[in-house]
Amino acid sequence: MKMMNCPLNGLRNISEFVHGGEVKEMPDPNSCSDKEWADYVFFSDNAISVVTEWWLHAPSGYWFIAERHTGSDEILKTYDPSVLFSERVEFSAPATEVKA
Amino acid sequence: MPFSLLKYGLNKDYPFEQHADLPKPTELKPHYDVVIIGGGGHGVATAYYLAKYHGITNVAILEKSYLGGGNTARNTAVIRSNYLTSEGVKFYSESVKLFKELSNEFDFNIMYSQRGQLTLAHTDAAVRGFRQRAEVNKHFGGKTELIDPQQIRELVPTLNMNPADMPVLAGLWHMDGATARHDAVAWGYAKGATQRGVELHQLTEVTDVIVQQGKVTGVKTNRGNVSCGCVVQAVAGHSSLLAAKAGFKMPITTFPLQAMVTQPVKPFLDPLVSSPSLHCYVQQTGRGELVFGGGSDPYPLYSTRSTMDLKESLLANAVELFPFMANMRLMRQWAGLTDMTSDYSPIMGLSPVDNYYLDAGWGTWGFKSTPICGKSMAELVASGGKVPELIKPFSMDRFNAFRQVNEMGATAASH
Repeated sequence: MKMMNCPLNGLRNISEFVHGGEVKEMPDPNSCSDKEWADYVFFSDNAISVVTEWWLHAPSGYWFIAERHTGSDEILKTYDPSVLFSERVEFSAPATEVKA
Repeated sequence: MPFSLLKYGLNKDYPFEQHADLPKPTELKPHYDVVIIGGGGHGVATAYYLAKYHGITNVAILEKSYLGGGNTARNTAVIRSNYLTSEGVKFYSESVKLFKELSNEFDFNIMYSQRGQLTLAHTDAAVRGFRQRAEVNKHFGGKTELIDPQQIRELVPTLNMNPADMPVLAGLWHMDGATARHDAVAWGYAKGATQRGVELHQLTEVTDVIVQQGKVTGVKTNRGNVSCGCVVQAVAGHSSLLAAKAGFKMPITTFPLQAMVTQPVKPFLDPLVSSPSLHCYVQQTGRGELVFGGGSDPYPLYSTRSTMDLKESLLANAVELFPFMANMRLMRQWAGLTDMTSDYSPIMGLSPVDNYYLDAGWGTWGFKSTPICGKSMAELVASGGKVPELIKPFSMDRFNAFRQVNEMGATAASH
């Protein structure tokens, strides 16, 4: 069984992990064009090289980043996403009063 | 014999054997009207229909390896049209019709064998889904119906009706389901195309695509440069890599798809049997071997290695369906690189580069579409870029317009 090093749980079987796609910068959905959004959602490089990808350790629900070669399947490095996303993202929608 | 073997062994050139029905390889010409990249089933079928119906014969098929050596030789040779979307069913039923006539048309036996395909439902939700697929199919002239467990027992007496404690509730019986010798399909098309003047260049790898002012004007290969009027790319798992050379991205991810085959046994299984819930399909070839296939690998990769994980999960379920197979031995295993799209439908038609046509995104549904895809692509090329009605829903632009063709009847989707 192929193993992957989870930054939170250590070395685990690859079957415990779920692939989450290439790490890409998300365009601002409020201001980007439909084409830019489609590019972000559907289109990818799909190259043979070392690719930075999202992975999920399913049993613990933990998302992290792995650098993997898509030709040899060699996993070079795995790390916590905080390395890329050091700033906290606020999802605060302004509260509106619900009328009965 | 020993001398010829010695000569073969000491040959400095790559000693590939010349196919009896194909003309000897020639030098590349400096210009072709049409360059087709990829000498698999789709590429040679496109060339064949271009020559046959449109009289376009100044065509070169450039293949980096050998004729039909990629996914054409790696699929599990299933031909069916019992898909879910009306766009899909219309398209694949045309393919089934063409397949039936191919042996006669080629004067070459592709061993087309119509045995019917049986898909098993183990849940109420699957039964409902099958009912819809049966109706969509009948509407477009296919022969598909929902059958009950008693009818399933009669069709496949050896089937375990309670595999993995998931009783078989109903089946989708697709009478048009068939199989054919996949290599022979590529050989037949190649023979027909080259007889009409098309050039097939094996061991010719396209290293770059020459694009000038948004228009493709030629390709660079390991055997020199070639200028051309237009390009058709039909390279399956390597679609994104070739597109990158032409300067654009595709909505494709490349996953390995594994399959395997057992030692041959006496014939006992006529229909092709598939169980989406058990992620497994089984068929017996004309030689008596059992072919197993399942879903794609769980993550993208450009490698045709086989894994123990997949064998364990796939074969455990295959043995649930046919328990007496438990002691059979596997003879071969292999994998192909599938170009998966997120909606499980292909990509055919125009690209962001002028005169550069796409035939990609064939995931797990490429072989069965070979004839109709070739015919449609030939029409597209011959008309200078007017997309035929049948393949309009499958343009790459559908992703930019958020108009995907959600094909949940695809093997990769349902398995």
